[in-house]
Amino acid sequence: MKLVKIYVTLKPSVLDAQGEAIKSAINTMGYEKISGVHMGKYFELNFDNDYPELEKDVDAICDNLLTNPNIETYRYEIMEEE
Amino acid sequence: MKFAVVNFPGSNCDMDLYYAIRDGIKEEVELVDYRETSLDGFDGVLIPGGFSYGDYLRSGAIAVHAPVVKEIVRFANEGKIVLGICNGFQILTELGLLPGALIRNEKSRFICETVTLKVINDKTAFTNCYQENEEIRIPIAHGEGRYYCDDKTLAELKANDQIIFKYDRNVNGSVDQIAGVTNKQKNVLGMMPHPERAIEDILGSDDGLKLFQSIINYQVRVNN
Repeated sequence: MKLVKIYVTLKPSVLDAQGEAIKSAINTMGYEKISGVHMGKYFELNFDNDYPELEKDVDAICDNLLTNPNIETYRYEIMEEE
Repeated sequence: MKFAVVNFPGSNCDMDLYYAIRDGIKEEVELVDYRETSLDGFDGVLIPGGFSYGDYLRSGAIAVHAPVVKEIVRFANEGKIVLGICNGFQILTELGLLPGALIRNEKSRFICETVTLKVINDKTAFTNCYQENEEIRIPIAHGEGRYYCDDKTLAELKANDQIIFKYDRNVNGSVDQIAGVTNKQKNVLGMMPHPERAIEDILGSDDGLKLFQSIINYQVRVNN
């Protein structure tokens, strides 16, 4: 099996309102020196070992469903699983 | 004129829209299930507010892949009237039929109140019953209604007069206080405020009624 781990984050130009709210909560906990919090999404997709053109299809799935290219970017890693 | 109100799992303003068409402007209207594959016989399609698919993934992102959406795209491409309100607006931007995106409000909280909008372009199928710069009172109810687009897109929106409604103040952090935009051809409108909730005085405002009347006006002109 192949495991694809996909990380989706907001583009730096888009205000991360959730990240900002979490940061203020962390500040309230007493950790005042934290300089930034960014919240994103994490996906795990499983594919068969012999899946053809895996990266091409993962890119298409990311571009057309998992992210909105207007506001988000993504990166992923492909792992071998037993 | 016969309107389709498309119903996705999680839509919750479908009956308000239905009522606005049937009782507000007294035109034909039908609810259409998201699994339908044809909108033949309809003249315009309305996408209601709500939380399609529970807002999972991103607001509107999953609705884009429902069977009926191909027909919505066809309507848009053929120059027919397509109106998306609130979650409907989010679906239209996810579809790429409208530029930009709707993201979480600047102050992160859900906002439910009646706001003042300014009519920026009164020469569209959706606004020809209003005056330019007319101020209208329309309710909003959203957590992710902050309109976002990059500078290049904003310049294009301005150059093509695609900005239709603006808030009169910074309500949710939207770029340029934008509340509603059309596509370049101006037959597709998306807006976060709910005109269907402002169609008679007993609701607090009837300023939304003229939007639906404008569509009829436009269609009468096109047909003649």
